[in-house]
Amino acid sequence: MSLRNSICAATALAMATATSAFAETTITIATVNNGDMIRMQGLADEFTASHPDIKLEWVTLEENVLRQRVTQDIAAKGGQFDVMTIGTYEVPIWGAQDWLVSLNDLPAAWDADDILPAIRDGLTVEGELYAAPFYGESSMVMYRKDLMEKAGLEMPEAPTWDQIKDAAAAMTDKDNEVYGICLRGKAGWGENMALLTAMGNSFGARTFDESWTAQYDSEEWATTVNFYVDLLNGYGPPGASTNGFNENLSLFQQGKCGMWIDATVAASFVTNPKDSTVADQVGFALAPDNGLGKRGNWLWAWSLAIPAGSDATEEAKEFITWATSKEYTALVASKEGWANVPPGTRSSLYQNTEYAKVPFAAMTLNSINAADPTDPAVEPVPYTGVQFVAIPEWAGIGTQVGQEISAALAGQQSVEEALEKAQALTTDEMEAAGY
Amino acid sequence: MARAVTQNRKIINTAAAWTVGLLIFFPILWTILTSFKTEATAIADPPVFLAFDWTLENYSVVLERSNYMRFLWNSVIIAGGSTILGIIIAVPAAWSMAFVPGKRTKDILLWMLSTKMLPAVGVLYPIYLIFIKMGLLDSRTGLVIVLMLMNLPIIVWMLYTYFREIPGEILEAARMDGAGLKEEILYVLTPMAIPGIASTLLLNFILAWNEAFWTLNLTAAKAAPLTAFIASYSSPEGLFYAKLSAASTMAIAPILILGWFSQKQLVSGLTFGAVK
Repeated sequence: MSLRNSICAATALAMATATSAFAETTITIATVNNGDMIRMQGLADEFTASHPDIKLEWVTLEENVLRQRVTQDIAAKGGQFDVMTIGTYEVPIWGAQDWLVSLNDLPAAWDADDILPAIRDGLTVEGELYAAPFYGESSMVMYRKDLMEKAGLEMPEAPTWDQIKDAAAAMTDKDNEVYGICLRGKAGWGENMALLTAMGNSFGARTFDESWTAQYDSEEWATTVNFYVDLLNGYGPPGASTNGFNENLSLFQQGKCGMWIDATVAASFVTNPKDSTVADQVGFALAPDNGLGKRGNWLWAWSLAIPAGSDATEEAKEFITWATSKEYTALVASKEGWANVPPGTRSSLYQNTEYAKVPFAAMTLNSINAADPTDPAVEPVPYTGVQFVAIPEWAGIGTQVGQEISAALAGQQSVEEALEKAQALTTDEMEAAGY
Repeated sequence: MARAVTQNRKIINTAAAWTVGLLIFFPILWTILTSFKTEATAIADPPVFLAFDWTLENYSVVLERSNYMRFLWNSVIIAGGSTILGIIIAVPAAWSMAFVPGKRTKDILLWMLSTKMLPAVGVLYPIYLIFIKMGLLDSRTGLVIVLMLMNLPIIVWMLYTYFREIPGEILEAARMDGAGLKEEILYVLTPMAIPGIASTLLLNFILAWNEAFWTLNLTAAKAAPLTAFIASYSSPEGLFYAKLSAASTMAIAPILILGWFSQKQLVSGLTFGAVK
């Protein structure tokens, strides 16, 4: 080989090496606009600093838009996203369809055994973990300590629905725009039906029996929905049938709700003095029950998953490992304080003495532990999911049933009529789906 | 007496026009005001109109979190590209329909308009699959084509209406003077229809700028325009109304400014031929 050829070969080799050394893989992350997700986006520079060969592109969308976009992309194998933020509703369905990449091979240091069992079970299909939980949430009672004291009542750590009703009656002062109870009334499977399905569990109701027959015509559902409608119409804010999470958060922060039963993630908002006028007066209790062995709280985990169509699976796994690790938790704590750490996914977080000082930490853990997605109702059911039914048809059924109950709450029809229609439409949908 | 009635009617008309105008503008004004409030003030009840501590914090957070210029540039390219491409295709089409109508011209016009009655979601999946096959997902080229196709019936209709107002004899005279088809359209017809073409351009630019269905469904990170920028600040779990308002204000500002400076052309174009 001549000198000239040798130089050319060496140069080509050097260039090839340099190119591969600086080859950059871009991973596109689809996420929701929730506080913890935005915080992760802000801290992502720490990840790219330690992974210079990976570039991150973010697509932040509203929850329902994101759900539609990723469903469409994953079903059509569009390959637009490498990491997607999905919830406990999607994971069992998509995992069973082989639409997601298994995460069973994440590094041992990631410590899969540290994930809270209730959360891990909700993200596992036939032994395969299909999503890594970023933050978990349940629901609980948030109440005004000052109003309870004024009413001469004390909130038990684990109240019953009757105690909640009594407290709501005692705290309501409509002349001063203080309403004893705020609950979701806006129609939607993720809105009022999340509350009602979880609430129904504590009243002994179930959505389907073991043979997938709809149960909205049962006595238990009539009791649940009548209690809900009476409670909100008696002691709730005006226009409750249009209130979702944000509307109730706004009311609570302005001191207009005596109690609010909703996602545990709300605790950090209502106790933040910058936004809440009642930040120092908020107490927490477990979601109510009726002594039947099930509480009315739900379980949800925003999780990171890799769609099967991604061409950057390894890089996506590296990102997920970082974002859901104990080290990420420590990073958030060091930068933004323990109260802002993504909650509800790891046992180790709740063993941390610093985190134990956060006022809502213990109640969040207890609420999560009180929910069992594999055995949500008093009677046996053929589905998983506490506040939803993990079947593809549920989003449509839940939203339509939610509309009927919302109409009953608004006084446009009776509870009996709403449940009759709910039973009929659910039966039709399930028959059409071949159940 | 008659004069007094006219004067009174004038006052009533002016008051009615201002009331309607303010009613239409109020949500935009409220969005702009909210963008300068803190999140706590944004949800205050009773709402605070002007007496609050004005802050630019929301703008600084939005600018820090999102690459606004990239979204803006994508919007300009997509809205501008689709409008110009649409005009290029629609001018000859409208010319033939206006000056050389056939037996089926009216049917074709109605058929074109009927395509606008089809809900966009009805063709989402086929178009999505075509985009995957052609590698057009999350590309500005793909969106330029889709938005052009979406607005083409409106462009053709508007141009057809304007062209019909131009006497055919003028074009005939140009032909007799030796003008070819290209010269006739470019140098005779187009200059005469400039107000109509300008208003068509503006209206379709605005329609394409505000289009949120296709731009949200066919983009991810690279080609996402300002509609996706706004959507990224909407949250079902968290009160970020002030930040959402700041993002919305930044998204509508360019089109508001454009509309303000071109309102004369818009009005004259839209009323072109309305009074004979």
